[in-house]
Amino acid sequence: MELEEHLFRREAGRLVAIVARLFGLQNLALAEDVVQEAFCRALETWKFHGVPENPSAWLMATAKHRALDALRREGTARRLAPELQRELESEWTLAPTVEEAFDRGLDDAQLRMMFSCIHPRLPEETQVALVLHLVCGFGIDETAAAFLKSPAAMEKRIARAKRILAESKQLFDLSADDVAMRLPAVLRAVYLLFNEGYHGASAESSVRIELCREAMRLARLLVEHPRTARPATHAIAALLHFHAARLPGRTNGAGELLVLDEQDPSLWDRALVAEGYCQLDLSATGSELTSYHVEAAIAAHHARRISGGETDWEAVVQLYDTLMELAPSPIVALNRAVALAQRDGPARGLDAIWEIEGRSRLDRYPFLHSAIAEFELQLGRPRQARQAFNEALRLARNPMERRFVEKRLESLKAA
Amino acid sequence: MEGGSNVIRAMSTHKEPEMSEFALLYRSTNEAHREAMGSPEKAQQSMVKWRAWFKEMTDKGQLKSIGQPLERAGKVVGGRKKTVTDGPYAETKDVIGGFSLIEARDLEQASQIAAGCPILELGGSVEVRPVLRLDL
Repeated sequence: MELEEHLFRREAGRLVAIVARLFGLQNLALAEDVVQEAFCRALETWKFHGVPENPSAWLMATAKHRALDALRREGTARRLAPELQRELESEWTLAPTVEEAFDRGLDDAQLRMMFSCIHPRLPEETQVALVLHLVCGFGIDETAAAFLKSPAAMEKRIARAKRILAESKQLFDLSADDVAMRLPAVLRAVYLLFNEGYHGASAESSVRIELCREAMRLARLLVEHPRTARPATHAIAALLHFHAARLPGRTNGAGELLVLDEQDPSLWDRALVAEGYCQLDLSATGSELTSYHVEAAIAAHHARRISGGETDWEAVVQLYDTLMELAPSPIVALNRAVALAQRDGPARGLDAIWEIEGRSRLDRYPFLHSAIAEFELQLGRPRQARQAFNEALRLARNPMERRFVEKRLESLKAA
Repeated sequence: MEGGSNVIRAMSTHKEPEMSEFALLYRSTNEAHREAMGSPEKAQQSMVKWRAWFKEMTDKGQLKSIGQPLERAGKVVGGRKKTVTDGPYAETKDVIGGFSLIEARDLEQASQIAAGCPILELGGSVEVRPVLRLDL
């Protein structure tokens, strides 16, 4: 049997969550050891005997045995999860308790771990890194690569974060009232994770696609749990599905970045678009309007091109106006300027760029300069356009972005 | 007479690719072994490499028996007093984590085959030992 891609990584997230629930977060390192031991055994036996019929079940059973061993060995010497302390202390109830923890609510444990990672005392980027490491099973090196940090720096940051987590002892309780309080930060982490993959600076497109996939998986966990499936959760799921649907058309055969206009909508993923619309419907069940709702609605407008529809720029501009009220930022303002240019022409777009409040924060953002260049070009000012493209080229953060600008410069020369 | 023809046969077959058996013993320190596990993704990649290597040997008809993995610790029984101790305790020395049997023309070719083993990329080594046969 062939091994499914990233199986170990996905199972690591699940198993660490389950074992950490038993051991308590103060024993997270022990929980991680138990899971690693199970993986070591898998590695050793599978390479000789082949991958078993049901590798997930095999890993789960092995981790369960290892967890029982560790509890028998260390149980009395350590304080375990407060919620299960009594059951785990008696040999009578030990095995059934472990058994039950593994059998039920796998995704529940993962969600609880995710909420634990979004600890209010941790900075946002650390929360996201911790989710990637603990819930998504990324190693320190892989997590570091995703955030363009050195492995040593990432290791330090994660170690510090784990110490803070340890203070909470047990995994976050999803039946507690503060689910609603922490949910916005959890959603934000999923959003940031996806953005890191979609727009991030990492040169490895494979890394970036995996970040998008992980964010989608987390969003799915959130919409499937009754406690977390709120309108905002569906909105973010819709947004992610629409964006992910466009991933296959976002680059050409040579791996070069394409702008929305150049993309071939027939390459977009229809199933993901359909799920996006479905999630968008579900997001409209409450009175709550979040920035995710608006962003999802904008993405839905663009997705209409998949069935031959045209983007309704009037509606898109209006949505950007709403977004500027809900969550104003220079980036949103830049996107609004691009939509304005589509509706009213390049002069209006350029004006809107000069009007961006806090535009200096975008000075180093290559796509600000490439947008200016496009408008200048459409206004028949190739010299200014070239200047702006050169600025964008200077600021490009990876070969893909550099190539994107170079291509525009080449077509400028040809014209 | 009989003996003479045997010698001739042995000499004439010497040129032909008579195959011999070799045991491959996979060795690594416990440290290197843990290191190889690294992250789940690295473990998975390592396994994919091992499976590919075994498959390559199978396809080339070199793999006589894939062999078995071994638990990294057990007991060591030693001495006339048959003392049983936990072992092998090898903090610095390497431990045999498994073995396979391959077929090759000679020790040199067997070593070449062993050079493809993924364990080498992970700080381990492969010991190549000719299997002694009764009929040689």
